[in-house]
Amino acid sequence: MHRTGDLYGQFETLEQQKQTASLGMWVFLVTEVLFFGGMFLTYTINRSAFSTAFGIGSNTLDIALGTGNTVVLIMSSLTMAMAVWSAQVGKKQLVSIFLIATLGLGTVFLGVKAIEYKQKFDHHLIPGHGFDMKYHPTHPMPGDDPKELALENKEVEEALAHDPDINFHGQLYFSLYFGMTGLHALHMIIGAGLLLWLIKGSFAGRFTPQYNTPVEIVGLYWHFVDIVWIFLFPLLYLIDRHR
Amino acid sequence: MSDTPNPLPGHNMPHEDYLNATYGIRSWLLTTDHKRIALLYLGSVTFFFFIGGIFATMIRIHLLTPTGALVTPETYNKLFTMHGVAMIFFFLIPSIPAVLGNFLIPLMIGAKDLAFPKINLLSWYIYIVGGCFVLYSFGTGGLDTGWTFYTPLSSVYSNSAVTPAVIGIFINGFSSILTGLNFIVTIHTMRAPGMTWFRLPLFVWAHYATSLVMVLGTPVVAITLLLAGLERMFHLGFFNPALGGDPILFQHLFWFYSHPAVYIMVLPAMGVVSEIIPTFARRPIFGYSFIAGSSIAIAVIGFLVWAHHMFVTGESAYAALTFSFLSYLVAIPSAVKVFNWTSTLYKGSISWDTPMLYALGFIGLFVIGGLTGLFLACLGLDIHIHDTYFVVAHFHYIMVGGAVMGYVGGLHFWWPKITGRLYPEALSRAAAITLFVGFNLTFFPQFILGYLGMPRRYHTYPPEFQVLNVLSTAGASILALGYLLPMAYLTWSMRYGKVAGQNPWPATGLEWKTDSPPPTENFQATPEVTWEPYDYLNRPDLGLTAGSPLPAPAHGDD
Repeated sequence: MHRTGDLYGQFETLEQQKQTASLGMWVFLVTEVLFFGGMFLTYTINRSAFSTAFGIGSNTLDIALGTGNTVVLIMSSLTMAMAVWSAQVGKKQLVSIFLIATLGLGTVFLGVKAIEYKQKFDHHLIPGHGFDMKYHPTHPMPGDDPKELALENKEVEEALAHDPDINFHGQLYFSLYFGMTGLHALHMIIGAGLLLWLIKGSFAGRFTPQYNTPVEIVGLYWHFVDIVWIFLFPLLYLIDRHR
Repeated sequence: MSDTPNPLPGHNMPHEDYLNATYGIRSWLLTTDHKRIALLYLGSVTFFFFIGGIFATMIRIHLLTPTGALVTPETYNKLFTMHGVAMIFFFLIPSIPAVLGNFLIPLMIGAKDLAFPKINLLSWYIYIVGGCFVLYSFGTGGLDTGWTFYTPLSSVYSNSAVTPAVIGIFINGFSSILTGLNFIVTIHTMRAPGMTWFRLPLFVWAHYATSLVMVLGTPVVAITLLLAGLERMFHLGFFNPALGGDPILFQHLFWFYSHPAVYIMVLPAMGVVSEIIPTFARRPIFGYSFIAGSSIAIAVIGFLVWAHHMFVTGESAYAALTFSFLSYLVAIPSAVKVFNWTSTLYKGSISWDTPMLYALGFIGLFVIGGLTGLFLACLGLDIHIHDTYFVVAHFHYIMVGGAVMGYVGGLHFWWPKITGRLYPEALSRAAAITLFVGFNLTFFPQFILGYLGMPRRYHTYPPEFQVLNVLSTAGASILALGYLLPMAYLTWSMRYGKVAGQNPWPATGLEWKTDSPPPTENFQATPEVTWEPYDYLNRPDLGLTAGSPLPAPAHGDD
């Protein structure tokens, strides 16, 4: 199909093209909800079956980094919404600025996530042969607070008395933690790719009040990925959190 | 080209159409034309049908003798697994939607193409990549887990090439999702002026319902297989009881998609039948809105019945009761369709054309398959016949007797539109009857075998079951002939068949108002729909008016 200006050949009007694109993105997001849904279900069922091990798992996560990242991501949704608005009202320069800001915040999020993963790696919390819930409390890293470590150790000991298979069930927690945050991060990376494509388009001045569909539908996608995190954060970090 | 409904001998092929608009392999592999993509799918699903068919042939030859005539027990496990995987994921699920649906939906609603032509092509490439992974698995050790991939067999104990197969099916799922997404959006936003929701052909309604299932179900099986694959690759424990995981959870998640997937296979076939019946009964379809609504109802209820595959897993009695009851509910919209089709036939002016033979065959076989489904939904009886050949016969009546009959019937019905040529009628009627006889001879004995207690997936059986097994194998050879014949004469007709003209049957759908084969942009000008659907009594533009003599369908060997 040939393209005339911004109008692709299969459509009659720009209006129809815009409606079609945005409905397509909404339907895609519905499939995404179900895609993540399977993992959320697996997590929820295991969380209720092995609450002790999962509680300890949640406690090992760094709440400060998690909260910080949540704020960063919400900010990126704000800048994305501003980019869509700027495109709609025709402020071409602002579109580029807000898109770059969104990309920057997304990158910060992924960077922090990488730091968190590295921590888990150092603490022997990667599911597999070396996995050991007792490793970190008994092998302090430079900069660890000894009081915290003692508490952590006590908690693992108590849990072990309760649930001798804590190392198996803890692996389930971390498998799901890496699975869910990993899938989320993959979506962020795809989103970053889409943002780069938009930034290129916006430098070329492609987005006008008449034609800004790409900005709008990437915006929908970005907000969706943000909302997934809004559910992941309490599920993974906050439930059963003590200390 | 004239607007007359009868293909006169002097009919010419249109000057330029989607087939001869451009030439060369690149023009096919990089096409975004939904009609060409449909043909790409036609070739690739036929290929997988052959692969699955070869495995089926080997299974039937093996079961000729009680001790097994052909292969070792391990190989037998691989044969039925690979038969299931090839046929379900790579033939049945894409068959009608990706071939006929792809070709016809834009034509039926008066659009130039699907909403997202590039995504349509992408979905074919995804299908091919997924197919390559699965073929790689078949070629490097095969697959022996059953097509259901139950854990922990698939994730821990199986020594076959599970990982590439799981990756292949995971990838292929996105092809299905993108096709469903494209159809939903197209039906919402691309309809021609005057083509209201209740003027849509029932084929389109059926595909809308199918697409809902594709879009809502497939992501769940994708994530489930991803988790099972990760479990196998990295020794994680999501579904492995030895590591605290729950194998029943896998079954729930798997069947949450794989039961509705049955409706992905059969709903489009129902759509095909709803087009064929009024055409060859020369009557408006009876109860249009009920047939349309029943498609949606099947899609919705289909999502609420999955645990009837798990009655013997020890799920709670209350859950089992609920799922049993909900499974019975599916019978209601299914029966609505069957009653409406038969009412359409009543006092119709029926002609026994090949597509009609397939449609009538569909109705009969679907009724048997559907009613035996009620036996299986019955809790007490299911304990007795669970995992026997009764189940095998039941779902083959739905999937082969239903979905494949619909697919082959639909191919015949729209073949003149796709290729611009007619196939030889006498030969194709003979093939339809061969297929019907062969099918029943293959699978009816399996109902009896199952009822007598022969379990499925066993490579040997007690000697008293031999007669029925030999009958089944004999039927399978007739069935094979019934498939090879259409492949041969349809291919022949592409070059040598009589020119069909715009509307050889004649039928009332919008797709019959354009050239055969259609031009790349489908219609010379955007059509405007001013008629009600299936109005065989009031379409002067097609020569159909109440009281006037009925135009006879055109045949390739008239």
